[in-house]
Amino acid sequence: MALLKIKFTQQRRVHLAQGLWLLSWMAVMWGGVIFCLGVYLKTELLRRAEVMDNTEIHVVPNILMMVGLASIGTNWVASRVCQDSLDPTRFPRWKVPLLAWFAVATVLCCLLIAVVALSYALQGSLEESLKVGLRNGIRFYKDTDVPGRCFQKETIDRLQMEFRCCGNNNFKDWFEVQWVSNRYLDFTSKDVKDRIRSNVDNRYLLDGVPFSCCNPTSPRPCLRYHLTDNNAHFNYDYQSEELNLYSRGCRQALTDYYMELMNSTGPGVLSVILIQLSVLLSLRYLQTAVETAMVLEDPEGDSEGYLLEKGVKETIEDLKINALTMLKFGQVDPNAAEGSSEVADAEKDEKDAPPSPAS
Amino acid sequence: MVVMKMKFPFEKRVKLAQGLWLLSWCATVAGAFTFSLGCILKTELRRRAEVMDNSDVHVVPNTLMIVGLASLGINYFASKVCQDALDAGRFPRWKKMLKPYFAVSCFFTVLMLLAVIMSYAMKGSLESSLKVGLRNGIRFYKDTDTPGRCFQKQNIDRLQMEFQCCGNTDFKDWFEFQWISNRYLDFSSKEVKDRIKSNVDGRYLVDGVPFSCCNPSSPRPCIQSQLTNDSAHYNYEYQTEELNIYLRGCREALVNYYMGLMNTIGAGVLSVFLLQASVLVSLRFLQTAMEAVEGNENTEIETEGYLLEKSVKETVMEYINPVMKFLMLKNQVEEGTPGNPEIPTDVNVKPGLF
Repeated sequence: MALLKIKFTQQRRVHLAQGLWLLSWMAVMWGGVIFCLGVYLKTELLRRAEVMDNTEIHVVPNILMMVGLASIGTNWVASRVCQDSLDPTRFPRWKVPLLAWFAVATVLCCLLIAVVALSYALQGSLEESLKVGLRNGIRFYKDTDVPGRCFQKETIDRLQMEFRCCGNNNFKDWFEVQWVSNRYLDFTSKDVKDRIRSNVDNRYLLDGVPFSCCNPTSPRPCLRYHLTDNNAHFNYDYQSEELNLYSRGCRQALTDYYMELMNSTGPGVLSVILIQLSVLLSLRYLQTAVETAMVLEDPEGDSEGYLLEKGVKETIEDLKINALTMLKFGQVDPNAAEGSSEVADAEKDEKDAPPSPAS
Repeated sequence: MVVMKMKFPFEKRVKLAQGLWLLSWCATVAGAFTFSLGCILKTELRRRAEVMDNSDVHVVPNTLMIVGLASLGINYFASKVCQDALDAGRFPRWKKMLKPYFAVSCFFTVLMLLAVIMSYAMKGSLESSLKVGLRNGIRFYKDTDTPGRCFQKQNIDRLQMEFQCCGNTDFKDWFEFQWISNRYLDFSSKEVKDRIKSNVDGRYLVDGVPFSCCNPSSPRPCIQSQLTNDSAHYNYEYQTEELNIYLRGCREALVNYYMGLMNTIGAGVLSVFLLQASVLVSLRFLQTAMEAVEGNENTEIETEGYLLEKSVKETVMEYINPVMKFLMLKNQVEEGTPGNPEIPTDVNVKPGLF
């Protein structure tokens, strides 16, 4: 009982081959688009690599690039099959490669669906990675003289200015670390000595932020120091001041940015999945229709195309048996000298008996 | 005396027509390219319109856009003429249109060249426009509560951060204007009263700059206030400090930016100009070669093509005379001499004018 049988006249077969050829070239183009999307996403992630702790999120653009390239190759092969499909002398050589092709195309579709799922699932991992990365960035902000960390200050400053954010969760993160280097502190001054003695680790902590936290839309020149002290500035109220600094944290800003980027690639990926599936199904119909036509007496007569020769369940069982047979052939057989007939008998026995998982 | 005569056998004419057709379609694309370059330049100038005092420099992108559009029409017309050129039956209908066509297209081609020259010539005008615009921007920085000026602060801040510059000529410009609004000054404090009394206009001047002047590449947290006072900051020396704030002035930064943009665009437009000129020259050769074929039964004879029938001076006269006549005629009517103005006025006026 074949699955989803459709009758194909010669005319219809020709149309199917032509339409599929066009569709496969469109799919090649879309594969290129997916590859470019992957490259763009990877570039954007690499640009901010200094504030990320791990590279787990990179699996999304990596898969996109791989699938894009594989899709270009796969659909190019499909277009070549189309070109040969109406020529009975050249079509038979595609018989075996087509089985492999179907497997590859199915894997590609599954990978694309996995990418969409991953881009949502990895949001937590991205946030964690940013949390640690930003915390280190803020901690090493002052170490402009330490090799390997000397660019942290510039990186964090440019990040805060570009993404209009301040600190990790919010600007108060700057109150908890010493972000002014000891080289610029006058240790003879009373203020410095008081601040250093006021905490256990002898750090110079202050209720101030770097200039990159300043918000240009504020109507007032930026207030950076003594932020919690209302008396330090004229006409200033710490609790109600909103526009002076950026109120958003950089972790939030970066996560939002990357999630938006990945969401915008979603429609593209979904359309590629649809196109790939339609290429897959159309090619299957074309293959079966042409093969059926070739065995008929009149090659230009009507033939039937189908998706699966038997039902779904029977096809799966057939595949299982074939796979097990191949495994058995692969195993070292102590009775190999007795020839293939015994193996063939064993195969027959297996086919008659219900399939056992133990073999 | 003919200018640049060339022999054209039949095959050469055919090749000329085919090559010219291709060339004119390339030139059409180039015309669209010129138009888009003009749009880009105009957009970039409009983005910073708030720090420019006048829009004299906008004549460059406007010219480029006009020339680009005209070039589209000119080259499309040229391609249509090419298509009919080798058909002796259809070519004559273009005859009448070709003379004014050449006049118009020469005008626009010269205009293209003028646009490139202007983009270099307008540097001084751009600089003075920016000088006034930036000075106003710095002066009205504090007026965030005055309608019409409330966005100056944000514009100047974003400008300084984006172009990595500070002030008009340099950062000291901020010392000469009050950039902190009176709303945020405590007039009961001694320091404020001292500063206000220290100058004639009663302005609160500080030796400090806004945060947008800060340079992120400085190894030290930014020092914005009391810049000239070495003892106000530990391990700080005003004269030798280079990385703390941006040393470049915004006027210089913006002029460099726009000059770079116009140089790049100028190079592109120059190549489009060369392409356009070659289209016109080839079309002229094709026209003159085909005109000689006209009337002959055998269309495959060898003919001669030339650029100008007479010398350059005579041709220029030929074009200008109708225009002058038209203007002279107008004058004659105003002076009230009806009838036949041709012979007496020509004899009297022409030698005087030329």
